[in-house]
Formats: sequence, C-alpha cells, structure tokens
Amino acid sequence: MIKIENLHARVEEKEILKGLNLTVNAGEIHAIMGPNGAGKSTLASVLAGREDFEVTEGSVDFDGEDLLEMDTEERAREGLFLAFQYPVEIPGVSNVNFLRTAINEIREHKGEDPISAKDFMAMVREKSALVELDAKLASRSVNEGFSGGEKKRNEIFQMAMLNPKLSILDETDSGLDIDALRIVANGVNKLKTKNNATIVITHYQRLLDYIVPDFVHVLFDGKIVKTGGKELALELEEKGYDWIKEELAAAH
Amino acid sequence: MAVIAENTVNFTKALAPTSLSVSKSNIEKAMYTLENSPLPTTRNEAWKYTRLVKIGKVKFQNTKATIASIDPYKIVESACTFVFVNGHFSAELSSRVIPAGVTCELLSELNEEIGTSVNLENELFNATNTAHLTGGIRITISAKTVVESPIQIIHVLKGDHVISNFRTIIKAEKFSKSAIVQGFFSEEGEVNFCNNITEVSVEDNAFLTIDKIQYESENSFHINTEEVQQAKNSNFTINTFTLNGGIVRNNLHINVNGENCESHLNGAYLLKNKQHVDNHSIVDHKVPNCESFELYKGVIDDNSTGVFNGKVYVRQDAQKINAFQSNGNVLLSDNATINSKPELEIYADDVKCSHGSTTGQLDEEAVFYLRARGLSEKSARQLMVSAFIGEVLNKVENEQVLDFIHGILRKRFDWNL
Ligand SMILES: Nc1ncnc2c1ncn2[C@@H]1O[C@H](COP(=O)(O)OP(=O)(O)OP(=O)(O)O)[C@@H](O)[C@H]1O
Ligand SMILES: [Mg+2]
Repeated sequence: MIKIENLHARVEEKEILKGLNLTVNAGEIHAIMGPNGAGKSTLASVLAGREDFEVTEGSVDFDGEDLLEMDTEERAREGLFLAFQYPVEIPGVSNVNFLRTAINEIREHKGEDPISAKDFMAMVREKSALVELDAKLASRSVNEGFSGGEKKRNEIFQMAMLNPKLSILDETDSGLDIDALRIVANGVNKLKTKNNATIVITHYQRLLDYIVPDFVHVLFDGKIVKTGGKELALELEEKGYDWIKEELAAAH
Repeated sequence: MAVIAENTVNFTKALAPTSLSVSKSNIEKAMYTLENSPLPTTRNEAWKYTRLVKIGKVKFQNTKATIASIDPYKIVESACTFVFVNGHFSAELSSRVIPAGVTCELLSELNEEIGTSVNLENELFNATNTAHLTGGIRITISAKTVVESPIQIIHVLKGDHVISNFRTIIKAEKFSKSAIVQGFFSEEGEVNFCNNITEVSVEDNAFLTIDKIQYESENSFHINTEEVQQAKNSNFTINTFTLNGGIVRNNLHINVNGENCESHLNGAYLLKNKQHVDNHSIVDHKVPNCESFELYKGVIDDNSTGVFNGKVYVRQDAQKINAFQSNGNVLLSDNATINSKPELEIYADDVKCSHGSTTGQLDEEAVFYLRARGLSEKSARQLMVSAFIGEVLNKVENEQVLDFIHGILRKRFDWNL
C-alpha cells in the first residue's frame, strides 16, 4: 500500500525526518510510538502534503504512484486520510456541506457521478451513528466549539465518510475519555477491511488494546529505530524509551 | 434666480437642467453649490480614501436608451417592477401591478413640487442630482398595509459617459410592512455614472426592508445616498451588496428620531481587479431606547480597495441605546487594501455600544485541512470566503434575492458552491 524509503524532511533549516523507512501493506494496522518531538506528526504531515515541510531525500510509493509528486487534495482523492492531532476550527463552514463537496470532488476525480442528496444524508446518518457523533454536531461548523473529544470523533466520522485506503490517525486517542476511546476504536475497527490499512500514532498502549496492531514501530529522532509486535507497546509503556536510547548508543 | 455662472466642476457641464418639477429654491441651492463647490479631494475628511479625480475628468451626458430584455436584471419575480434605463422610466419593461394600499408615482408625472431632505449645501453630488434630476419614483405604503411580495426597482445604465441622476422617495406609513428591492446594473458602454438618492421615511410602527444590489461595470461610477428618517417603534433594515462597479460610494444616513426603534444595516462587498468601494454610514441616535445593528463584511482581492467608515452617534439624551457595529475584511492578495474606521460618538451615559474592525487573510491551516479531505484549493478557499461573507448573506430573508446574489457570485467570481 505504502512504501516509505529513506525519507528525509526538514522545516525551515531543521532536519526532522532523517532517513525513515516504513512499509505498510493492505489489511495491516501499524502503530507508531515515540517520544515527544521525535517526528511522528511531521511524518503524518509530510505524507499528507503539508507544504511547510521540504522533502530533501527519499521516496514514497503509494499504490504504485509517487506520493510526493501529488498535491494534498490529490493524495486525499487517491485514498490517503489524516486524522489530525489538532483538528482546526473553521467557523461558518458546515461539516456536512464541506464533506459533500469533498466527496463529489473525489468522485469527479474518479470519473463518477455526484452523490445524490438522499444517499448523502443516509450516509451521514449511518456514519455518524458509527462513531456516535451527535447528528447536530455533524452539521455544525467544522469543529467550532467542539470539545477535544468531539473533535477527535469528528475526525473518525470524516474518515468513515471518505472511506480511505490508508488512514493515519495522529494521537486520535489523546483527550478521549475511556468511553469515547472505545467508541472511536470501535469505529476504526468496523471500517477495517482487507483492502485498507491504518497507521495509528499514539503514546498510550491502552488504545492498542482496542485497535490491535500487527506491528509496533518506535520512531526516534526522525527514524524508525525498532519494530516489533503488539507486545513492544507493552514494553514501552512499562519501561519508557531510555532502554531504546541505550540500545541505540550501544549499537554505535 | 441669480445669474448662473459657469460651473466649477466639469462633469455636469454638458448636462441640461432638470425637466422635473423640482422646487425652485432647491434648484437655486443646488446651482449655488455646483458653482461654488469644487470636486472634493482626499484632503476632505469625508473623501479621505476615495479619489474622485477620474469622475471629474468625464463630461457626462444623459441620453435615453433601450435594452432588449430585463431578464438578466430581474432580482425577484414581482408584478410590481419598475425599470429605469439611464434614469428614464421604461413602460415596456416594467410591470405596474401595484399592490393594494400602495401608490407608486413617477416623479416625471408628478404635479407637485419635488422637495428634498438631503443636504444641498456643499454636497456636490446631491446638488448634481437635484439640478439635473433625470427621473425618480415615489412609493407610498399607506398606513396598516402589509405588502407580501417586494416592490422592485431596477436601474440599468447603457451607453458611454451616461449619468443618471435618480431619486427614490419611500414613505412607509404607520403600521405598514413592506420590502423594496433595488438593483443597479449596466449594459454595454463605458464610464457611466449612477448618482442615486433614496429618501426614506419609516413612520410609527412601520417595518421596512431594502435589499440593494450593485452590479455595474468595472469602469463605472456609482454614488448612492440614502437619507432615512425613523419614527417611533419603527423597524428598518437595509442590506447592501456591492458585487461590481469601478468606484462605488454608499452614503447611508439613518436618523433615529423616535423611541423604541430598531435599525439594521448589513453590507457585503466582494472586490477584485481595481475596484474601489467605500461604505460610509451614519446612525444617529437622537432619542432613548433604541437599538442598531451594523454588520459589514468585505472580501478584497487583486488591486482593489475597500473603505469602511461607520459612525454611530448617541446624543446626550439618548439613554438606553444598544448600538453594535462591526466590520470584517479578508484580503486575498498582497495588493488589496482596506481602510476601516468604525467610530462611536457617545454623549449619553447609560448605553451599551460596541464596535470592532478585523482584517485578515484566510486561515491557511483551515485551507490545508479542507484540501486534506479532497477539496481542491480553489473550492477550499471559496468555501472559506463564502463562510465569511455568509454571516451577512444570512441576514437576507428573501430567498430570491439570495439566489440572485449567488448567481452573480458564480458568474463573476467563478463560484461553484
Ligand atoms: N513548523 C515547524 N517549524 C519548526 N519546527 C517544527 C515545525 N513543526 C515541527 N517542528 C519540530 O519538529 C520536531 C518534531 O515535531 P513533531 O510534531 O513531528 O513531533 P511528534 O513526534 O509528533 O511529537 P508529539 O508526540 O509531541 O506530538 C519538533 O522538535 C518540533 O518542534
Ligand atoms: Mg505529534
């Protein structure tokens, strides 16, 4: 699905990603963990096409296409979805209105007809139920006045509406109470098929009790430095990151 | 009458005196101003940000013209639609089914003297309008009349260097309720000038809404002066949409003369290329217990310039006034300019007033967010602009007016929402 090779990226003059490798296949769930400032959100932003970051080296292949050559919207239309760590508030722009425009532009991109108003509304009902997002919130201005947890749920609602191939969830669990966490995780699990894939960025093992990853990666100082199964998350939760730093130092 | 000396201003030189029954004393006052007042410069506080030099250079004339169809300019479907081309009434294009309780009189057919409530002293454009009045209409909504569908007045300018000096007089009598739609357009022709005055009197307990759409050509001039008198318990709303025009100036003057009035002033302007749009408003609270709400928003692109100058006076005895005023602007280009000056002058002590002005760019984070969901950059920006201006559009109650505005936005600004 996605193959990231030797990815280097910088913002202003600072190098943040320093040769990152990661391959995710269809049907897989990958977790990325790592200390604050390691570059997790930067990776997500670079994949989504944020222009503040400059890719200086490396390649990203997304289903046979060169991802780095595409505009942000093209990546989204090709099936890449980013659930933002900090979703923005957009006063005056209604959630469902913009989603309808998004869906229709994606359909147009694929040479399909626009969605009918009736089908769209049915979809809104179905998908908002999936993440137990109040229908009123679904039609309000994007994230305006939403609580932290509501914003995260809205991200997953949008993911459900857009039905992406690859979803990157950047700390979607932070700010969620235990019930919301369960609901969001449930939503993600229900959307899971053998044809799509998910990357979850998180600091907490508890999310991974609900969304069970096939692989857990440690991102440290701009690189993936360790990969393991779901038990690696438990180990990190228990021991922190120091032992990994020590392992790295020893290897040098 | 005094011997008429040569006008000091060029732009009226080629114009014939009005053939309408304007009162002699008004003509004299107007002529005096035309003879003695030069074209205002930017040294004049009221014209600080709007240069009139271009207007001064043109020798305007007034000619009759015909247009093929009114369809492109019809804002609402109304059996009571008056069409004026270059300020002259067009019987063929108009539809004179006058609602019961309403009187509509053409000033050109009026058998009485036409007076005025606007200031003629030193006010060059008011004076021009008076001395060279082309046409006009007087609309009276008689007491207790409720008019369901709006009365529509459409103006079209056609030809080169044409000036229309037009006067609309609206009298909303006691307990009446009505809506007026005004449209200003131009068709073929260069450098035209619409110099319009609307005098409004909203009597006790009357309810009046004016929706005004300005959509003339990019090299035209437009000066619109509204002089509004509100009597007690009245409710007046004016929504101004400026969607095209070269130099546009709106002078909106609301005199709140009676208690328990509500005044609503909303405006939206979307500018591009070299357009210059200047909204000057005055709300004058002379008596206690009134409320006024003013909301103007602008989207300014390319090399265009927006000017907002909103004054609210609360006179000494006008206690318990709530006056709110806000002006927001989005600049879409580095060369776009806004001069925004909201002003409160308060002489009473028990009042609740606020004013504010904001200017910014579109939130790039939000644009990125929308694009990350698959929207093109253009759609993302449009959506945000439309959300911004939507606050003003939401004030319009008439759906047909809204649809018409959206039609223009699609045509002129390439919106596809
Ligand atoms: N726009 C920017 N300008 C300058 N520095 C930036 C910018 N964005 C990120 N950085 C820096 O890049 C580094 C990596 O940030 P990033 O947000 O990717 O970390 P993270 O792994 O997501 O951390 P967290 O766990 O706190 O979310 C940090 O040192 C951060 O300060
Ligand atoms: Mg982060």
